[in-house]
Amino acid sequence: MDSEPSSRRELLKGGALAVGAAAAGASVSKTALAQTPAAAPALPSYAVNEAPEIPVSPDVIAYGVRSHYVKSLRIQEDGRAPGTTARYNDFGLTLHIQTPLQDSIGTIQASSLHYCATTKGAFVPDIDPAQHTLLIDGLVDRPRIFTMADLRRFPSVTRFHFIECIANSASVTHVNVQQSHGTCSNAEWTGVLLSTLLKECGLQDKATWFVAEGAEEVKGASTMPINKAMNDVIVAYGMNGEPLRPQNGFPVRLVVPGFEGIFNTKWLRHIKAVDQYQLNMNDFGHIRRDETSAALGYTWGPKSIITFPSGRQKLPERGWYEITGLAWSGNGAVRKVEVSTDGGQTWNDAELKGIPLPKAHTRFGLMWNWDGDEHVIMSRTTDEIGVVQPTREQVAKVLGLPYSPQFRPPGTNNTIMPWKIARDGSVTNGIA
Amino acid sequence: MGSLRIVPILLLLASPALAQTYSIGRAPTAAELAQSITLSPTGEGLPPGHGSAAEGAVLYTQKNCVVCHGPAGVGGVTSAPNLIGNKGTGPGDDAWKRVRGGEADGALPILAPNATIVWDYINRGMPLGNEGSLTPNEVYALTAYLFVLNKMIPEDQVLDQNNLAQVKMPIGTDWVRPPDWKPGAPRMAGYPY
Ligand code: HEC
Repeated sequence: MDSEPSSRRELLKGGALAVGAAAAGASVSKTALAQTPAAAPALPSYAVNEAPEIPVSPDVIAYGVRSHYVKSLRIQEDGRAPGTTARYNDFGLTLHIQTPLQDSIGTIQASSLHYCATTKGAFVPDIDPAQHTLLIDGLVDRPRIFTMADLRRFPSVTRFHFIECIANSASVTHVNVQQSHGTCSNAEWTGVLLSTLLKECGLQDKATWFVAEGAEEVKGASTMPINKAMNDVIVAYGMNGEPLRPQNGFPVRLVVPGFEGIFNTKWLRHIKAVDQYQLNMNDFGHIRRDETSAALGYTWGPKSIITFPSGRQKLPERGWYEITGLAWSGNGAVRKVEVSTDGGQTWNDAELKGIPLPKAHTRFGLMWNWDGDEHVIMSRTTDEIGVVQPTREQVAKVLGLPYSPQFRPPGTNNTIMPWKIARDGSVTNGIA
Repeated sequence: MGSLRIVPILLLLASPALAQTYSIGRAPTAAELAQSITLSPTGEGLPPGHGSAAEGAVLYTQKNCVVCHGPAGVGGVTSAPNLIGNKGTGPGDDAWKRVRGGEADGALPILAPNATIVWDYINRGMPLGNEGSLTPNEVYALTAYLFVLNKMIPEDQVLDQNNLAQVKMPIGTDWVRPPDWKPGAPRMAGYPY
């Protein structure tokens, strides 16, 4: 019985000795390294207090900053950055910003790294929440104006949901997962259900659609079905434990789970219940000639992506790695994720990290012993309604479209993304 | 026993979840409601006003539309889309062919299922960089100008809140509505993915 504490003490003592030895070893090996080829990396040092201290600036106390060793950054979507020929560029309409999924950890994007895109490339409005209101009118018995303080008096919900832009479509030219999948992010959203507000206003039975409008300079507006409003739409004021960021809709936005990105109206100022499809400026972008592209361009099907190892990353040596990535679906929760390391010939069930939530990212992982050979790795998910993520070839086949590496699946592109691992461990786009 | 079983039901009835209203917020004033810019495709919500293509042609230069969209909406001068259909096409041609496969996509007047969308687009989003600066009369006039350029209305027609929604659009019914959305239903019936 009493041998335990003493052995623990010994362990601590031994531990301290080991640290000392490691520190001594480190200095020895540093000299040794000077003579050996540069390829050998310096051994980590366990010495205490060897690193310089981070100065205690107001930022460190008041609003934390990440380590300056962490370099992960967002980028402008390909074709929107200065110097490209995109039609938006002449006008500075470059606010299509992608999240660095290759560095993502867990299931949410930090608010400062969350992807953002604005309607017609609008600029981000600087809204004083004390001056901002939300009007709900149209086919309701009691039109209402709510202040931001009013919204916080209603029963709240806190839910994880992904938001993904229709432009999030992997192509053969993308070099990494930030370019191919970075216009999608997942966050914890807090707010009041739109259904709660519509009931407060006395929504009338004849309402079949609603229009949501933002307060940015182009007043972007979209029309959505009222049964979606009564199902799971959130009028959100919180994101990842703090108020929304301006780029993500401060002080209030819609989160329309599973619907294509533009519907998730930011800087929300007006909701109108109506009895016909309204066709506003944003809706024009959804007008199609055929049923297929109209239907497939509306919501997101099941989708997954391997974030490690992914494009531009490199496996340093053969051996064990966790292949990991994210899976989600606009149809509901993810039920299963499979990973293939042989170009889709055989599939293995991946481990789902945590409980899959509806219309939210789920992280998956599969331990893999890389043998140093060439491999094409890919993931595919099945969602709770049993829909399976397709390959690009499968989509072309079922829609009767010609396939080539340049094929762009119509609507929201939820196809499987292959990554190719070369013998030197480097990873590249595997679309062929 | 029987009365005990009723208790939970009574509790439920008294709970706010079923009561559904909280008397939070205030009624908007008539002036606040009048600020709404949301339009219906049948013209409900349009502010009173009127404008002709002749007035619109002047505004098109005055308001700098011409700088981005080119003279008479031909496009090609900047990356802003053309506002007229492809050259050599006109009324009677397939609306989708009048805009696709030509100089550029765009030409909203041709692909818009309702005249009100063109009005709404200009009212909300143009001129780019100075959005929301046009008066209703100016938006009617610019809309009339674009419709005349695309040979959709007679040159002397004055558009107003009563006749705008009646303009016959080149696309007609050759477009599809968004799918019926139901919770738990796949994106498209019969599509396996
Ligand atoms: C500074 C440049 C600029 C000015 C000035 C400008 N526009 Fe535009 N306009 C654009 C751009 C860019 C787009 C495309 C926006 C997009 O697709 O997101 C556009 C789109 C449009 C469209 C929709 C075209 C389509 O088919 O998608 C219409 C209609 C339009 N503009 C009319 C006007 C009118 C009328 C004026 C003058 C009052 C005007 N514009 C002034 C740049 C401009």
